[in-house]
Amino acid sequence: MENAYAIEMLNITKKFPGIIANDNITLQLKKGEIHALLGENGAGKSTLMSVLFGLYTPEEGIIKKDGKEVKISNPNDANDLGIGMVHQHFKLVECFSVLDNIIMGVEPVKNGFLDKSVARKKVTELSEKYGLHVDPDAIIENITVGMQQRTEILKMLYRDNEVLIFDEPTAVLTPQEISELLQIMKNLAAEGKSILFITHKLAEIMEVADRCTVIRKGKYIGTVDVKTSSPAELSALMVGRDVNFHVEKKPQELKDVILSVENMSVAGEPGKQDVIKNVSMKVRGGEIVCLAGIDGNGQSEFVYALSGLLPVKSGKIKLCGKEIQNMSIRKRSMSGMSHIPEDRHKHGMVLDYPLEDNMILQTYFKPNFTSKFGFLKRKNIRSFSDRLIEMYDVRSGQGSVTIARAMSGGNQQKAIIAREIDKEPELLIAVQPTRGLDVGAIEFIHKQLVAQRDAGKAVLLVSLELDEVMDVPDRILVMYEGEIVGEFDPKAVSQEELGLYMAGAKKDEVKV
Amino acid sequence: MLLLIQYTIIFTAILSLVALGGCFSEHSGVINLGLEGTMVIGAMGGALLMRMLPDGTPVFLIVILVILISIVVGMLYSCLLAVSAIHCKADQTIIGTAMNLLGVAVATVIVKAINLSINPDDPSSIVQYVAEKQAFLVNIGDFEFNWFSLIALVALIGSYVVLYKTRFGLRLCACGEHPQAADSVGINVYKMRWAGVLISGMLGGLGGIAYIIAGASEWKFENGVAGFGFLALAVMIFGEWKPHKILMAALVFGFFRALGNVYSGIDFLSNLNIPSAFYTMLPYIISLVILVFTSKKSRAPKAEGIPYDKGVR
Repeated sequence: MENAYAIEMLNITKKFPGIIANDNITLQLKKGEIHALLGENGAGKSTLMSVLFGLYTPEEGIIKKDGKEVKISNPNDANDLGIGMVHQHFKLVECFSVLDNIIMGVEPVKNGFLDKSVARKKVTELSEKYGLHVDPDAIIENITVGMQQRTEILKMLYRDNEVLIFDEPTAVLTPQEISELLQIMKNLAAEGKSILFITHKLAEIMEVADRCTVIRKGKYIGTVDVKTSSPAELSALMVGRDVNFHVEKKPQELKDVILSVENMSVAGEPGKQDVIKNVSMKVRGGEIVCLAGIDGNGQSEFVYALSGLLPVKSGKIKLCGKEIQNMSIRKRSMSGMSHIPEDRHKHGMVLDYPLEDNMILQTYFKPNFTSKFGFLKRKNIRSFSDRLIEMYDVRSGQGSVTIARAMSGGNQQKAIIAREIDKEPELLIAVQPTRGLDVGAIEFIHKQLVAQRDAGKAVLLVSLELDEVMDVPDRILVMYEGEIVGEFDPKAVSQEELGLYMAGAKKDEVKV
Repeated sequence: MLLLIQYTIIFTAILSLVALGGCFSEHSGVINLGLEGTMVIGAMGGALLMRMLPDGTPVFLIVILVILISIVVGMLYSCLLAVSAIHCKADQTIIGTAMNLLGVAVATVIVKAINLSINPDDPSSIVQYVAEKQAFLVNIGDFEFNWFSLIALVALIGSYVVLYKTRFGLRLCACGEHPQAADSVGINVYKMRWAGVLISGMLGGLGGIAYIIAGASEWKFENGVAGFGFLALAVMIFGEWKPHKILMAALVFGFFRALGNVYSGIDFLSNLNIPSAFYTMLPYIISLVILVFTSKKSRAPKAEGIPYDKGVR
């Protein structure tokens, strides 16, 4: 009798020093099904996949392919068994064409030279068969993220992989692209491919998955049939308690305008058009305004211009009525602007400094930390840092002297938030403050943002996560190609509607 | 005028060879700043062999043996870069600089030791190859054809084909652009980088022997190769890491370098009464000026200079 399972990972246990990353986890993927793997950040999903790809050797447990036990000791073994993966961060060479990326590693060769015509034919056929619509000769850096992802899918199909693994594939896509991807996944499953879908988005699981395996803190919780389950049940399984997805906010008390941007433009790379085109907007005290949009539509540059990392080409930025567009970064920061940067490693911390030095990066020159003669007052710095660590529950191995690099991402972020909020800013700019963090840390950060709002401060949140966009702010501004194309009340707009604006399919005249 | 063309061709050939060497290494992801040193070592290997070959060795044998030894010595020397940059993950800028210093020093010490062992009164670092040099030259009327121009042309065409039309080239470039992507499809990044560095050593050594044969019939190794390796790096950057553009760039630099050699024979230029030092400086000044304007636009392989670590994903 033919075995019903394409891949079985039975009783996998993988230990790291001080932690059991996978504790007796079993995952069985049926042929032709879409199987979701659900778990929080740090639950052990990546470790489990690394075991499947031979990057880690488990202490216990076996892997079976089509009912036969197999040994996978490196990614090539997995490839040979027909297991392919779309990584969260694409493995594509940006200056190569789509076709070159697909054939890389399995290049067809005739008389010693590359023979791309055969490959092109196969790629075009596959692309048509599954509705992928990819141009094989396009250069990767010129195509959209969605297209890049389809290139990754084609890479697996070109290799005739039977087991396809998608690692959080929807994180980088627009709502429209997500629904297209889910349709593609359904097509693939209908053609007999077995799909493992790693995600923490419940709606997507409900839409496409047949079954769902849940893991929590390295332990196997269970496998449920999606048709007979509900989002509430799945999330309770994932987190281990009932989760309140909604952010609690007091009724809004609007104050004066704190940030006002007037007709601001920011120049792009030489020879290219402006990245920010004549944008005007206001943020008032007591409100959280969310700048939403798909990554790369100018949100980063907008914030860089506000914080002083990029020069403004024209227009004005006013903070509490004062023009700040020509001020230095330090002056802006001292005038009441706090900035939780998008890239916490690049702009948020000096990773090789101890935590306490990171806590005073913007204030080290103040009399409290530097003496008249220019020496640092180490004692004051230590007590300041200790106080922030205590107040914001920043966890680290050795407290204030921990090197920032050794801390977890969530705690690095908490430290930055502690530092920025402790400055008692009038305006708090938070760029993707919850990226890559788990549910607990996200809850904490959202509470801090709301607390600032409730205290009458202005908060500008830049987010790519639709859930966050819908849930946290009082007002949503959608940015598309450097312009604000829509303004919404989160209570009165649907995700689909927002998606249309984010993708540039709809556009309003926005009045300030 | 003929002399100007003749020198332009040979200097273009040398610059192309060495720049192509840099190009292969950088496409694999390893910056080879040590080309200058590699040239010196390759030149030393070839020069010593030329002196040691018995009189009456057939011409074609001289050409082949000298080229072979320069290639082998250049490759061996580039292993220094490969081992330290690929396996020990050392800083490639520092290794390159060290290789340049070491190259001249090693060549000087070896040549001096050999000279002293032959004649205790001769502590110089000079190797003569007056007669053997002729093996590389063919006189066509007044025009002196140098076999290295042909070799460079073959190398240019060959590099273009290898980089853009073969499996090896595709994989090599992938390793310099996104080694994690290459690794994920089963390409051995370490092997490809070794290949890139060895090819660059080969072409660097070849360029070294070509350089000293073109310039003189004896060479003082204390002088190294007078910054030609660096000039070749400028050619590579100006040529945007692409063989066909490298040829164009090498022509520009080769022309100005040749001008320095022959300007006194051109009436118009010698009448200007500009000091000869100016012409000698010209290619280097031009390289600075051109790089200021073009280096921003040209796009280096993305992952070059970054040691590849399998663990970092």
